[in-house]
Amino acid sequence: MTDDVSPANAPESAPSAQGSRALGILKLLTEFQIGPILALIAIIFCFALLDVALGNGGFATLRNLRVVTHQAALIGMPALGMTMIIIAGGIDLSAGTALTLSCTALAVAFRDYTVPVEQSGAVMGIVGALSLCLVIGVLCGLLNGIIISLTEMVPFIVTLGTMTIFLGLGQIWASESTVYPGPGHLPIWLENLCYTGKRGTDYFIPGLPIPGSVLLTIVLAIIVAALMRYTVLGRNIVAVGSNPQTARLCGINVPLTTVLVYAIAGIFVAFGALLYFGNVKNGNPSDGTGLELQIIAAVVLGGGSLSGGRGSVLGTLVGALIIKVIDNGCTMLSIPNTYTHIMIGVIIIVAVLIDGLRNGKPKWLFR
Amino acid sequence: MAGSEAAQSASTASQPLLEVCDISKRFGPTIALDQVNLAAHAGRVLALIGENGAGKSTLLKTLSGAHDADSGTMRLDGLEYQPRSPLDARRLGIGIVYQELTLAPDLSIEDNIMLGRSGTGGGLLLRGSQRDQVRQCLQRVGLGHLSPTARTGDQSVATQQLIEVARALASQAKIVLLDEPTSSLPAADVQRLFGIINDLRNDGIGVIYISHFLEEVREVADDYAVLRDGNSVGSGQLTDITDDQIISLMVGRDVDDLFPSVPHDIGQARLEIAGLSAKPMPIDTDLTLHHGEVLGIAGLVGAGRSELLRCLAGLIPAKSKVATLDGNRLPSSVGARRRLGIGMLSEDRKSEGLAQSLSITENLAMGNHRRYSSYGLVDLKSRRKDANGWIKKVEVKAHSAEQTIGELSGGNQQKVAFARLLAQDADIYLLDEPTKGIDVGTKAEIYRMIGELAAQGKSVIFVSSYLPELLAVCDTIGVMNRGQLVETRASADWNEESLLAAAVAVTNR
Repeated sequence: MTDDVSPANAPESAPSAQGSRALGILKLLTEFQIGPILALIAIIFCFALLDVALGNGGFATLRNLRVVTHQAALIGMPALGMTMIIIAGGIDLSAGTALTLSCTALAVAFRDYTVPVEQSGAVMGIVGALSLCLVIGVLCGLLNGIIISLTEMVPFIVTLGTMTIFLGLGQIWASESTVYPGPGHLPIWLENLCYTGKRGTDYFIPGLPIPGSVLLTIVLAIIVAALMRYTVLGRNIVAVGSNPQTARLCGINVPLTTVLVYAIAGIFVAFGALLYFGNVKNGNPSDGTGLELQIIAAVVLGGGSLSGGRGSVLGTLVGALIIKVIDNGCTMLSIPNTYTHIMIGVIIIVAVLIDGLRNGKPKWLFR
Repeated sequence: MAGSEAAQSASTASQPLLEVCDISKRFGPTIALDQVNLAAHAGRVLALIGENGAGKSTLLKTLSGAHDADSGTMRLDGLEYQPRSPLDARRLGIGIVYQELTLAPDLSIEDNIMLGRSGTGGGLLLRGSQRDQVRQCLQRVGLGHLSPTARTGDQSVATQQLIEVARALASQAKIVLLDEPTSSLPAADVQRLFGIINDLRNDGIGVIYISHFLEEVREVADDYAVLRDGNSVGSGQLTDITDDQIISLMVGRDVDDLFPSVPHDIGQARLEIAGLSAKPMPIDTDLTLHHGEVLGIAGLVGAGRSELLRCLAGLIPAKSKVATLDGNRLPSSVGARRRLGIGMLSEDRKSEGLAQSLSITENLAMGNHRRYSSYGLVDLKSRRKDANGWIKKVEVKAHSAEQTIGELSGGNQQKVAFARLLAQDADIYLLDEPTKGIDVGTKAEIYRMIGELAAQGKSVIFVSSYLPELLAVCDTIGVMNRGQLVETRASADWNEESLLAAAVAVTNR
């Protein structure tokens, strides 16, 4: 051994240099997972066939593709933050009500603190409204993170508590009703954020019919994936999620990392609120109950492990798509909602089971 | 401690109680056991010896019914023995005490002993008739004074281990297997355990004793069987073989130097601690560490040795009158101390030392990302390059740097944990039981690395329960007793007896 810290004369492992560049782009979406993608393809294929045989041919159309991806974006956006939380070994049951609380804040701001867009000072009002939404989202996350770090309570319990707290706060703020923005207060981009119709000019990139919600989600997904893979914070989050004791031994500030993760996840809750608001154009604080389960399901379907340390951004987006494709396909085939719920439940359990099989679980099967 | 001449010849001549013939087991491409043979006799203690990865655990799991053998036969008491599950094995008379305790901490001692075999009254517990049986079993392992209704988790590790033995006895075990039972026991409890093993032998029970420690094997066992790379490489009576012969059987080559030493000089004092206290331990402890010094810490389990190291690493908040490193005040957080060059190797690789589910690269980089990053962005390429370099340097056996830690053997895991300290470029190495549960060959490499660190002027604190290694590797040895560092002398002024005496001495506090 020499005094030199970086080990000298270590030959670079040979094949890694060039061939990996193409793979690197896929890897960017962190720990590329083929399983969920195959499942998604299989599900799409099944519905397309059933639709041709039994339905009216509306499933495999470009228009429907826009609708499904937009709906998946509504879940996928907050699920980006949830992916980080789950990789860090936590969970956030308050994501749904925090999202609608932020959404309510946005609606209230567009009702009370903005002016119609053609009047002067409209831009300031809009910036203010969006900032308020973001601040509320981040505050919700911060509150979760700080309580979890300071009290060392289980995230499940803490966020179970804050879930109803956020719901109650939202209801007080909205006076227990739905909040509608003032007429003409919404800027045109926000009106069109979730547009999935025929007019090409109404899209973010005129002529390119991709819903704004989908574009925004993809951009932020790439940012999260890069954050998890290429930043010290990202690697520390994985370390904390895999084994907090080891992380502590290695000098990583575990409580601070935890707070940061929840606060960052709050950003995506706020963005999710923006998409949700763009979709329904109002704010109702009780809309969010149950939403957190879909968000968590998307992460788990995408390969996230509730014991921490494992999860993938691409997988999460695919997970959100799986949920919404089933939802949408069932609607197309006029299958009642109740059956859709059962199907999604079965798919979640089967997906996690298959993931377990790859890791040698259940043990009795691999004796 | 071997039995009388007559008893010996009688039992050797008789049919073995448990006979393992040509057992093979493979996992995918890996052959874990290759036609292994073993014979354990009633009233005798068989030592099963082998390095980590030699197949001891797989053999144990095959005997316990957790694995099915691919081929080969086993006979228990002359009858075909094919356990379908661990419960089945227990019913057939095989009692196993695993290295990691398998007791339910929240249940009472009685419930733990009867677990899995209660429910004789149509699902209802028959406490009355159980109680006598439990008392009797506790008596046999020297725990007659304990109340059967006491909570198991409140007992010491040593007591819990004996409760496991009692559990084996309660299920009428003919054979008791002990998997490295002394690895977490203080010396006094080891003696107590040996006494009980002796009692079991006198009761005609066959004991299979798995251990790394040849001294212990000599003390407690009659026969030996050595495994290497899944093969039976030797067996017989311990009286017929020397330690060196056993080691060369284990390692497959002659280990000429068990304790390689590297010459080094001790320089100036660098870490000075006075009046270090934390709750509950250590208590008012002083310590001085010099450049190029290897300071050993001996003492019983529970004397506060780990706690002392953890205080120094910043993992336990502590108060002290003086705490300086190279003349500067020592900061309190783990991260800040790490940046000043204090690095710690955890005693518990599994739950603290390494993140088992992450790759070697990720584990090596953990907390060291500063080296591969600028403005918070990590250079994955240089990280990978460094990881490959360390794997080569400390000779980790792995098929790639991306391999998950959990798939490596204990010794290789320990090398990764050690390499992380080297990658950190630590100046002060706090090593808590660095050779626990690893094979002879790797131990020697770790001793050599410690010596090389000292030769570079770095300082090492080496906590160990294995006195021969402390005496061989350290420059000075301090003994901890009830939370205090009671006596520090040059290694040459200590021997095993005096170390032990200082460790158990009654202090006047």
